[in-house]
Amino acid sequence: MLSTVHTAFPLNHQKPYSAHLCSLSSRGIIANTSLLLTPTRPRSSPSLCAALPTDASSAAAATVREESEEGAALPSLLRQGPLPKHVAIIMDGSSRWARARGMPSSFGHEAGHRALKKIVELSGRWGVRALTVYAFSSENWTRPEAEVDFLMMLFESVLKGSLGDFMKDEISVSIIGDITELPQSLQKLAKEVVDMTKKNTKLDVLVAISYSGRRELKRACQNIAQKVKHGLLAPEDITESHIEQELETNHIEFPHPDLLIRTSGELRVSNFLLWQLAYTELFFTKTYWPDFGEEDYVEALHSFQSRQRRFGQRLN
Amino acid sequence: MAFSCFVQGDLALQLEALAICEAFLKALELCVDLSVVESDCKIVVDSLLGVTSAPWKVRQAVSEEFNSSILKMEKHGRNLVCKIFQSICHFLRRFLFLVLSFGPIPTHIAFIMDGNRRYAKKQHIKEGTGHAVGFATLLSVLHSCYEMGVKYVTVYAFSIDNFKRKPEEVQVLTDIMKEKIEELLEDESIVRKLGLRISFCGRLHLLTDPVRRAAEKAMASTAGNTGPVLFVCVAYTSTDEIARAIGKECARRIEGTRTSSTPQEIASSISVADLERSLDFGDCPEPDIVVRTSGESRLSNFLLWQTSFSHLQNPSALWPEFSVRHLIWSILEYQKVHPYLQARRRTASSKKDD
Repeated sequence: MLSTVHTAFPLNHQKPYSAHLCSLSSRGIIANTSLLLTPTRPRSSPSLCAALPTDASSAAAATVREESEEGAALPSLLRQGPLPKHVAIIMDGSSRWARARGMPSSFGHEAGHRALKKIVELSGRWGVRALTVYAFSSENWTRPEAEVDFLMMLFESVLKGSLGDFMKDEISVSIIGDITELPQSLQKLAKEVVDMTKKNTKLDVLVAISYSGRRELKRACQNIAQKVKHGLLAPEDITESHIEQELETNHIEFPHPDLLIRTSGELRVSNFLLWQLAYTELFFTKTYWPDFGEEDYVEALHSFQSRQRRFGQRLN
Repeated sequence: MAFSCFVQGDLALQLEALAICEAFLKALELCVDLSVVESDCKIVVDSLLGVTSAPWKVRQAVSEEFNSSILKMEKHGRNLVCKIFQSICHFLRRFLFLVLSFGPIPTHIAFIMDGNRRYAKKQHIKEGTGHAVGFATLLSVLHSCYEMGVKYVTVYAFSIDNFKRKPEEVQVLTDIMKEKIEELLEDESIVRKLGLRISFCGRLHLLTDPVRRAAEKAMASTAGNTGPVLFVCVAYTSTDEIARAIGKECARRIEGTRTSSTPQEIASSISVADLERSLDFGDCPEPDIVVRTSGESRLSNFLLWQTSFSHLQNPSALWPEFSVRHLIWSILEYQKVHPYLQARRRTASSKKDD
């Protein structure tokens, strides 16, 4: 039952939620409503434990309940093996999440931003070194103009508002994709944020805006064609590493994602990091992005740890 | 009994009924071929039914029916009972394919045939036999796909990364490849029956000469066929395919343009469509579904470009266990999301990828 509450309402959106909590509390369903308003506190009273489903996600939930306090170390479920160095996320489902609540898509995107903030914080805390998120694909330009304008404004306000957090948490931000298609003000702001954060080394966050994997490869091909024309390289000598050097992810320490998470139940890669995903473990979850929280992240990371990666060879 | 499940039940039960019938038929054929004694028949049926998720009661009922059939077979002849079950199987198959045909059938399915070695270990047989069973599964899956109207099938047979395995294993694999390619070109093979066109994608020159020659012969002799198409990826990785495509495109641009063109002019004339045309698959439509067996969830450097918008599936069955009922389930899953996939594809192609 608690999990239904968690997925049905955003934890931070106070007004309609507090009314719902009061009704749940008056019916004796929730013992202590104040616990539910603060996302990082332990999540339930003992009477609700029995209601949770017994599977990996509840093991994750149990871990989170036991240890999720401010500044907690890695959950014990994840201590068995190595974490992925680079996690990529396709943050899908914000519009559908909003529609399911009878709200406009902007409501969903804002909730999505809050979820992203949480995941960035957890990644930094747990030692993930790079996080790439698919914020806006080149196909998304065909969405309604109002939604696109809202998203551009959201990106600007997030970049402006979070610069302090990036510096405090030593996060370096890069933007991948065709930024020339973005509004001028956003382009300028993006360049400033990238410049100011480039010396940070704890976590590399790459935000894919107006991004298409195929176009990234086309640009790599164009750059290589220029080198060939200049006589620096013969066409028959072009190798995979020449192409790697031209990709937009080549400037970070771990350019290839170890784990890709896609929310909202879609089973596709959708033109994201085409080349870089060659050996990436894929994790799909039906949860919509605004509901993707610490438990879901632990489940995804745990799933990664339980996989045997062979890269085409044999494990003996 | 299985038939009555079929008539009453929903699709999941129907698939289960098909699986049970297939298992039953296999058991009967084994008994006919090997003259297995009655007590061993029961063990055979139990182990074959074990791969289905049929409930215990159903398995027991089927087991009992099987034993009574053995007695009848002594009276009426084993071959007759086999024939009866063969026609039941055939009927179930045609019916399920008909049901599927009311929805969209994918044009192109890609398979990552993972799990031959694990299957061999599970069944306590040699690795080479595991691969051979895998090939038999491939033929059966191809038959089913083409019967349902799928026009293109692509399979990941051998990756460039697989060359890093032990030399003995690589040798076994390449020997099997050569043998099976030659089998495909024989008179009674699927190629002749369906007018199949075969195309091999990858760096064929990395293969040993006998295998490469067999592959080239297969491509040449089927080039004129107009039926369904089979793409076999050998000595292939997608990143290598893209690198070769970029090399081809650069070479073409440099040769085809005036020497006075600047590097920027040459570079800016290259489009996404140009790169696509230089890939190994030519004008083939992109896969609608990518199926990776044995439950692993990664692409392993297979068709990275072409599968950007494909529906990804990873059934837990090992490749030799992948049968027509898994295929039917796979297409049903695709049909469920098809309207959404079509809308995404239309959006992607309307946004001009220059």
